[in-house]
Amino acid sequence: MDDLLMLEAVERYLRDEMSAEERAHFEHLRRTNPEIDQLVVENAYFFQHISQYADRKALQHQLFEVEQQMVEAGVIAEPHPTGKAKIVALWNRYKRNMAVAASIAAFVSLLSMALMITYTQRYGNENIELLVKKIAETNQEVSKIKSAQQVTPSANPAPKVDYRATGFLIDGNGLIVTNAHVIRQMKNIFVENKAGQYFQAKAVYSDVNSDLAILEITDTAFKTISRIPYSIKKQNADLGEPFFTLGFPRNEIVYGEGYLSAKTGNKGDSSAYQLTVSANPGNSGGPVINKQGELIGIITAKDSEADGVVYAAKSRNILTAIEALRSQDARFENIKLPNNNDLRGLDRVQQIKKVESFVFMVVGN
Amino acid sequence: MSATEQDLQLLAGLAANDRQAVETIYRQHYSAIQTFILNNSGSVEDARDIFQEAIIVLYEKSKSDTFSLTCQLRTYVYSICRRLWLKRLQQLSRYSAPADHLEEVVPVEEDLEEHEKRNADFVLMEQAMSKIGEPCKSLLDAYYLQKKTMQDISAEFGYTNADNAKTQKYKCLVRLKKLFFAQYKNA
Repeated sequence: MDDLLMLEAVERYLRDEMSAEERAHFEHLRRTNPEIDQLVVENAYFFQHISQYADRKALQHQLFEVEQQMVEAGVIAEPHPTGKAKIVALWNRYKRNMAVAASIAAFVSLLSMALMITYTQRYGNENIELLVKKIAETNQEVSKIKSAQQVTPSANPAPKVDYRATGFLIDGNGLIVTNAHVIRQMKNIFVENKAGQYFQAKAVYSDVNSDLAILEITDTAFKTISRIPYSIKKQNADLGEPFFTLGFPRNEIVYGEGYLSAKTGNKGDSSAYQLTVSANPGNSGGPVINKQGELIGIITAKDSEADGVVYAAKSRNILTAIEALRSQDARFENIKLPNNNDLRGLDRVQQIKKVESFVFMVVGN
Repeated sequence: MSATEQDLQLLAGLAANDRQAVETIYRQHYSAIQTFILNNSGSVEDARDIFQEAIIVLYEKSKSDTFSLTCQLRTYVYSICRRLWLKRLQQLSRYSAPADHLEEVVPVEEDLEEHEKRNADFVLMEQAMSKIGEPCKSLLDAYYLQKKTMQDISAEFGYTNADNAKTQKYKCLVRLKKLFFAQYKNA
């Protein structure tokens, strides 16, 4: 309210609308009270900008009208072309330079194309933001305090955490799917379950093209889990299909939901989907599960330029990965992919409760 | 050669928002500018743009207290347009030495610096105006831009009397001021 009165007073003062008496009083106030004087100056400045703004707007309007008029009057007109002769003369004069310039341009573009192909294979896309969370020291402190408070029965002491992402079980013996880019920077890999227990893990498979990696929990403290509630979808998911995802953009599991917005990923990548969902660093490797409880994808990255554009590797990449794993290592010859549909028909909250314990935080240093 | 009597009259007219003055400036000076810009890899559209901006610079100058024109208007307009266009070319990284050997040029850097500051302020105010929402925007527009009276405004916007309209106007101003200074600090 004070602001309002002040604005009014200053405007009247500036416009000379005050009576002599009022004016004298106002000026006296200004002289004796520096705070008021300050406000008057500020408001006067503001009014000055309004009037400059109004003047400019009016002028622009007028200029536009005059311009129209000048176009009609022929003052503003396209000049007549001066004829071919000049262009031919220019061509003759500069054709050697043109030839040199063109060959340099061709060379440079070929070179840069080659460089681009070499460097931007998968990770070099500038508009792609991989969703691994780089953890600052302070964050880690917070998490330490937290886990101390929770007094969780930790199988292992909390490791030093530099990076955080998400992964999920595909085999009860401890096989976890995450992104290849997640583990790229990690020397030591740990996974943390819902109860806050850490287990040591190692990568047994990693493929940059599909951006998938499979981790094996090597820790003896890990107990086999019998039944994985979701199945892995072998076919393509449909456009517009709603889904939900769980991940660790924070030190705590976070739920997100969205829909499948395109059947290909970044730059038409047919091994990925485009999703519309909110995802942040830490969401990488998160499962994308549809209403029927089928796993349809794995979150990999988001578009750094567009809002809510997230990419996910298609679930059939997991099949390829498992296939490769079977032939590569005798220990994995007999692994079966989860094929249960325990989630079908449940409401979302129940589905999450069931899935939650199969989603792991993947951390490392 | 210094400014002619006619030049000074034109500028006085421009400062007083006299449309006739703007028209005369166009008739006398536009074609030279268009020729210059077309000869320096610009289009007619560019020429119109640059000329408009030059008139805005001229307008600001003619309204300022310390206004003086120490050369012919023709030379001044040309110098401003030339500088503005070279700057634009630089931004497009198409700069090449301008093809104007015969024209006289005066230094205009200071005037343009002043102009850019005003431009920035103008943009801030425009952004604040665009964020303020209705009915505030229309109300302030009617009062400050279209210079309508409070009576007209209260009738047009359906306020019971001019005093109510006035209170509403000041409420809007308080909001505008907040928006404006918030951006001002950020800028």
